[in-house]
Amino acid sequence: MEKVAIVGMAQTRFEQRKIDAGYPDLVYEVSRQVMDKIGMRIEELDQTITASQDFWDGRTISNFAVSEACGSFLKPESKVAMDGIMAAFYAMIRIMSGQYSNCLVVAHCKMSEGPQNLIYNAVFDPIYQRHLGIDGVSSSALQARAYMNRYGISQEQCALAAVKSKQNALLNPYAMDGRRIAVEDVLKSEILAEPIHKLEAIPVSDGACAIMLANEHTARKYCEKPVWIAGVGSFMDAYYLGERDLTDPVSLVRSAKKAYEMAGISDPRREIDVVELSEYYSYQELLWSEGLGLCERGQGGRLVESGATQVQGPIPVNPSGGVLAGNPFTVAGLVRVAEAYLQLRGQAGEHQVEGAKTALAHGTTGPCGQQHCVMILKSSL
Amino acid sequence: MKEGVMGRKVAIVGTGQTHHKARQADMNITEMIHVAVKRCLEDAELTMDQIDGVLIGNMEHFEGINLSDMWAVDASGALGRYGMKITTGGSTGTSLSMAAYYHVASGLFDIVMAIGWQKQSEGETTAGLISATDPIWERLGFAGAFGTFGAAATQFMKEYGLTEEHAAKVAVKNRQNGRRNPYAHLKLDITVEDVLKSPMLAYPVRMLDMCPASEGACAIIMACEEKVKKITDRPAWVAAAVTRHDAPFIGDVPMFMDLRTLRSAAKEAYARAGIYNPLKEIDVIELYEPVSWAELSFIDALGICERGEGGKLIDKGITYMDGECPVNPSGGVLCTNPIGATAMLRVAEAAIQIRGQGGERQVPKKVNTAVATGYGGNWWSDLMILKSSL
Repeated sequence: MEKVAIVGMAQTRFEQRKIDAGYPDLVYEVSRQVMDKIGMRIEELDQTITASQDFWDGRTISNFAVSEACGSFLKPESKVAMDGIMAAFYAMIRIMSGQYSNCLVVAHCKMSEGPQNLIYNAVFDPIYQRHLGIDGVSSSALQARAYMNRYGISQEQCALAAVKSKQNALLNPYAMDGRRIAVEDVLKSEILAEPIHKLEAIPVSDGACAIMLANEHTARKYCEKPVWIAGVGSFMDAYYLGERDLTDPVSLVRSAKKAYEMAGISDPRREIDVVELSEYYSYQELLWSEGLGLCERGQGGRLVESGATQVQGPIPVNPSGGVLAGNPFTVAGLVRVAEAYLQLRGQAGEHQVEGAKTALAHGTTGPCGQQHCVMILKSSL
Repeated sequence: MKEGVMGRKVAIVGTGQTHHKARQADMNITEMIHVAVKRCLEDAELTMDQIDGVLIGNMEHFEGINLSDMWAVDASGALGRYGMKITTGGSTGTSLSMAAYYHVASGLFDIVMAIGWQKQSEGETTAGLISATDPIWERLGFAGAFGTFGAAATQFMKEYGLTEEHAAKVAVKNRQNGRRNPYAHLKLDITVEDVLKSPMLAYPVRMLDMCPASEGACAIIMACEEKVKKITDRPAWVAAAVTRHDAPFIGDVPMFMDLRTLRSAAKEAYARAGIYNPLKEIDVIELYEPVSWAELSFIDALGICERGEGGKLIDKGITYMDGECPVNPSGGVLCTNPIGATAMLRVAEAAIQIRGQGGERQVPKKVNTAVATGYGGNWWSDLMILKSSL
């Protein structure tokens, strides 16, 4: 099997409304930057995999507009209509197939250009659920409440994840919503859907992210310290919320297990140096931490309280600030991969986790984490 | 081409499709997907627990369902498995087929199913489609299928001396082929005169020159060499899979209906599959022809004839069922067009020809090499070459 490495990354600054750029401009910004950084010419680029969503872009065939911007003019390109980490997964697959030696991966989204509640409402079944007005926040609120009830997780514990996220984001120049706040500030912010407060939810943001993947043969040509994909896992759960135990993220548990097996990880708490996970709502950092085996079931609240997940702690979670600091849908998971790459190369600047050698990147698509993808990255194989 | 480790050999070991119609009134979307999945599993004689991953796609705006892969997990079989959604417009079906190939070739998956589907009566296709184009510069004046094809066909016929009769012959050939395909949507017993008398949509494209709006689903299963031997003695091996995309504005792609993306894809695919004389070496082609005129033009991009000679090709009968190089024995897109499934039907029908399962639509010769193409986005092309042995 072909080994696959990440050899470069670029991200836009994430902002609430990028009024000066259409999404092809954002895609061009990061595509150009990643190629310039590693010194790759357009003739050397084999292919591009994009991640975008017709609903969020308001355009059918949402990769139509970005073909030149992502370097795919008269070249192979394909679009994964899921979270960006799955585009990275597919790019890896295409390189492993032996047909290509490198692949640009680009994800974009401008949340500011559409009504988020209507876009996410269209995810739900048109006969039984959609007319209830259910959307991303309200469906997640059901999951949050079920999780809190089952394990006695408090609102304060969930809020702590948001406090940490915004604080870490102060050290990340690309993050949108860095600020120093207290638990009380979170709990005093507007309630979007009980128990989720405004400061605990993904903010509206615009931006794009790109990474470059390469096979073993060519990785070192572009990069002295490539970051290797050591393990991957991805699984789907049931669609209807009523068919799932929302407190048990089974597809995440399976994804992690598969990725750990591939990467030879038996004790994730000890062996993983830094975690970048996709928490669209604060409680998800707690619940996903449990699913990833970073703590026992029901201990997600204690984990965040203990300070273990701080940048200086033994198992830092989202030193970049994570999704709560402002990464749009579709882009969020790819930013986790890109941030993990920076950490393993010691290039994360002020939010660097010292001596990180093994990182976990996580992305999710679908209501309440219906689908998950876990990727283990290592600085050497 | 690249240096490094080559992947595993991969073959199609099963295909399944619905009986395509204008409206599948007795089925909802997930039920329709399930029909194709069930038939595909039956054809491969496999059960769902033997499938490692499910790849699925459609065009989301046509039914107005966001994250449609999530909704479809029960029907697609993705529940509890690896799943991925890939959508690239008209070429969605070939994008998915290629993705299945890459997944198995990578060594991470042994058996993968790909599913394409569309249920057009549940939305408004043209309203959905025009949103693909730039909202400022092109959406107001030059969107939807007819106008683009009309303009391109006008240039094409003028430049190369083709006539409306040439296009009508293609429309008749494919409709007559479709009558022998039990799954085809349109089964029309028509003549060249019928086509030339049908209503004009956008000169020179008439009603009977255009593809229909269909509802249906298609599924294929691909397996690695080791598994193939246990599943079937009639696999359709993937010899090449190549994609080319083009510029983001309609005005930036070549005029005269010249499909440069397919020309470029064919060059690479033939090199990979060791094809030097396409007309002699390719036994059957399933070509994505959204309009009769497209078949006349796209066929030269595949190197079956010289540029602009597509009219002579149909005059000589070369692309007919019993001709030297049959094109669309299934009836093609002109008979059946459930958009997210349309390009996958090309791949499935090519595999059916290699596997000798075509029944009345089986071409009357041994099929060792079959070509399937996908067309979508802004004159994008996908091309797959299947072989009876590698």
